[in-house]
Amino acid sequence: MPSGACGDPALADLRPAGDTHLADALIEIERLTKRFGTFTAVDDVSFTVARGEVLGFLGPNGAGKSTTMRMLAGFMPPSAGTARICGADVVDQPVAAKRSLGFLPEGAPTYPEMSVTGFLRFCARIRGFRGAESYDRVAHAMALTQLEGVRLQPIETLSKGFKRRVGLAQALLHDPPVLVLDEPTDGLDPNQKHEVRALIGRMAPSKAIVISTHILEEVDAVCTRAIIIARGRVIVDAPPRELEREGRSLEQVFRDLTLGEGAAPVPAVAA
Amino acid sequence: MRAALTVAGRELAGYFSTPVAYVFIVIFLVLSGALTFTLGNFFARGQADLIPFFSFIPWLFLFLVPALTMRLWAEERRLGTIELLLTLPLPAWAAVLGKFLAAWVFCGIALALTFPLWLTVNILGEPDNGVILTGYLGCLLVAGAYLAIGAALSAATKNQVIAFVLAVAVCFVFVAAGSPIVTEFLSDRIPALAEAARALSVADRFNGFTRGVVALRDIVYFAGFIGFFLFLNAVVLDHRKAD
Repeated sequence: MPSGACGDPALADLRPAGDTHLADALIEIERLTKRFGTFTAVDDVSFTVARGEVLGFLGPNGAGKSTTMRMLAGFMPPSAGTARICGADVVDQPVAAKRSLGFLPEGAPTYPEMSVTGFLRFCARIRGFRGAESYDRVAHAMALTQLEGVRLQPIETLSKGFKRRVGLAQALLHDPPVLVLDEPTDGLDPNQKHEVRALIGRMAPSKAIVISTHILEEVDAVCTRAIIIARGRVIVDAPPRELEREGRSLEQVFRDLTLGEGAAPVPAVAA
Repeated sequence: MRAALTVAGRELAGYFSTPVAYVFIVIFLVLSGALTFTLGNFFARGQADLIPFFSFIPWLFLFLVPALTMRLWAEERRLGTIELLLTLPLPAWAAVLGKFLAAWVFCGIALALTFPLWLTVNILGEPDNGVILTGYLGCLLVAGAYLAIGAALSAATKNQVIAFVLAVAVCFVFVAAGSPIVTEFLSDRIPALAEAARALSVADRFNGFTRGVVALRDIVYFAGFIGFFLFLNAVVLDHRKAD
């Protein structure tokens, strides 16, 4: 795994991190770009995420969050640039990269006709778990996401919150070192949100986690670092605490940075 | 391979947990039976064989198999599960092969359920059961060829109707290529093309199987045909999965 100049993430420059490698960087994204025709959805995005970090991925709708996550998960081929998970390039070594990754796609898609257990058993088998181990993994993932009560129900009969948790359970099944979760708390009630945040907090020390969210309080609650992305570009990369300096709320920072789109990056915070 | 079998198992269970399987099987059995006894003159021929049944299979599958394959990838796209499936640690070919195998086994089940016809000829006469077996093998290979075409086209388009119509059209080309109308037309004008058309025809190869002939070149043809379209499926899927 490439490693170079180490930097305490808390002291990192507020500007896009560029090519700094953290010592234990499990996610490395370098100059990632995605173009759809003439439209550039993700424009030269670079960052790394180390073990123990929880990165909050923020930005207005259509800013390129999901596209970046899809490229990181190896679902969408990048137009330019590279993404590596635990040192495995997602384009050149897709299977190795995906083994180290737990991914919750946008909207938490699942097969509606399958039961919760059936679906998770399927994912466990694809991930190479057999027999008793597969059974234990599924039971453990269901316990983490509190799905035991609905284990035999067809997924299509579940509420939105349960469906989201089935998707989450699938991502946690193999205890991956890297978690990429696209809006993990969308559609959950406040109790469930709290539960999922606590779960992310508990897992954080041993993993590199990226979550995208629209809920800014969530960034405060669980993230050690926040990236704000707008029009496909990273405009801020800093710990949430630092963004809130000078008594401004995160929401204010978000609005300042993303409403004046096209403005010079980080005018306020860099000062 | 294990991953492919896991995908196949899930798919096959999926067929039977929705009405798709039952509608397909019932319609297939009703149509194949009706055609055999009416247009096929099953009784009036006075021969103990399943030729009347087999002769309709390429034409019946022409419409039923694309109906099965049109949803293969389009449905994954609609549900968004394609993103889940293709971010699990399995190579794309395993997903392609798994889906194909499930659909193929399903066609095999539908074919196996025509066993009352086989019982009937065995009660009424003394058919050559070897020929019947090779006939069924031919049916399965035709189903496999159509499935491979349909699956590749399903990966190429989001729209199920387009996938269905294109699959019927392409399958039709491969059936009709060997029919006398086409080959006679071609041999009058471009003899070289007539040979090529006959060599590519699914129906021509299939007829060998219904006569009890299992030629190595026909097996190689079907294996190559299915392999080619599955490869195409994997390429198209890789190219268009995120569209």
